[in-house]
Amino acid sequence: MKKIAFTLLMLTLTLNLFAQQADVEMADTLRSNGKIYVVVVCIVLILVGLLGYLFVLDKRLKKLEKKSGDKN
Amino acid sequence: MNRTWWKILGAILVVYATIAGLLLGVPRLNILNETIRNLYFHVPMWFAMITLFAISVVYSIASLNRPNEDYDRRAVESANVGVVFGIFGLITGSIWAKYTWDQFWSFDPKQNFAAIAVLLYFAYLILRNAIDEEQKRAKISAIYNIFAFPMMIVLVFVLPRLQASLHPGNGGNPGFNTYDLDSRMRMVFYPACMGWIVIGYWIYTIRFRIRTLEDKQL
Repeated sequence: MKKIAFTLLMLTLTLNLFAQQADVEMADTLRSNGKIYVVVVCIVLILVGLLGYLFVLDKRLKKLEKKSGDKN
Repeated sequence: MNRTWWKILGAILVVYATIAGLLLGVPRLNILNETIRNLYFHVPMWFAMITLFAISVVYSIASLNRPNEDYDRRAVESANVGVVFGIFGLITGSIWAKYTWDQFWSFDPKQNFAAIAVLLYFAYLILRNAIDEEQKRAKISAIYNIFAFPMMIVLVFVLPRLQASLHPGNGGNPGFNTYDLDSRMRMVFYPACMGWIVIGYWIYTIRFRIRTLEDKQL
């Protein structure tokens, strides 16, 4: 009797674990680990933006250099 | 060096170091906690600064050897960008210090001497602005720069080691051992240093080219 009761108890205790696993699956990566990935995305966005800006500046400068090279 | 591949490489390295620096595993240490990741961002600033100052002193010597406007321009602009990286290093260092040493500025030898090293280069830039005659300016500032560079090395690497300091790598401790810089951290730390040096070099070339254009126009 004790054994059966124990088994039943274990089953009911673990049931909600199964239920949790069956939860609706969502794209939770960005919310895991205390939402650190959100910060990572922001920092990377700013960094990539600034680096891209650097490339644009470089290009504009190259154009100017070509122009002034023609003049001289 | 007017090609694009090394700029892209620098950009990739820096972005990789940022992502990996924030997400990859690090040793779990007391007091430091997650701030150990600052190693990937704070230290490369100093390496970039030293590289730029080294470029500056090389061109200063070259311009003394063979006076040349181009060499002089390169010397100033690399010092200009180096100072920016030095300021970033100081600020990130004091923010890190606030949460590990409890104070933004605890007048630690490393902090003081690093600040003085950056001030040395402020003096270099101000000295340049104080002299109107171009050749004289190039010569005097080149000589100053040749003295400033070893002084900066001594201030950053030698003097803090002779005293008790909170900063790792000082007070007789060898470089990174305090950090327990394991192979995981090396995989991020070295690319981070490489990347920021390349980015610093790139900004310096942009500044140099702008200055060249400006001088042509005058």
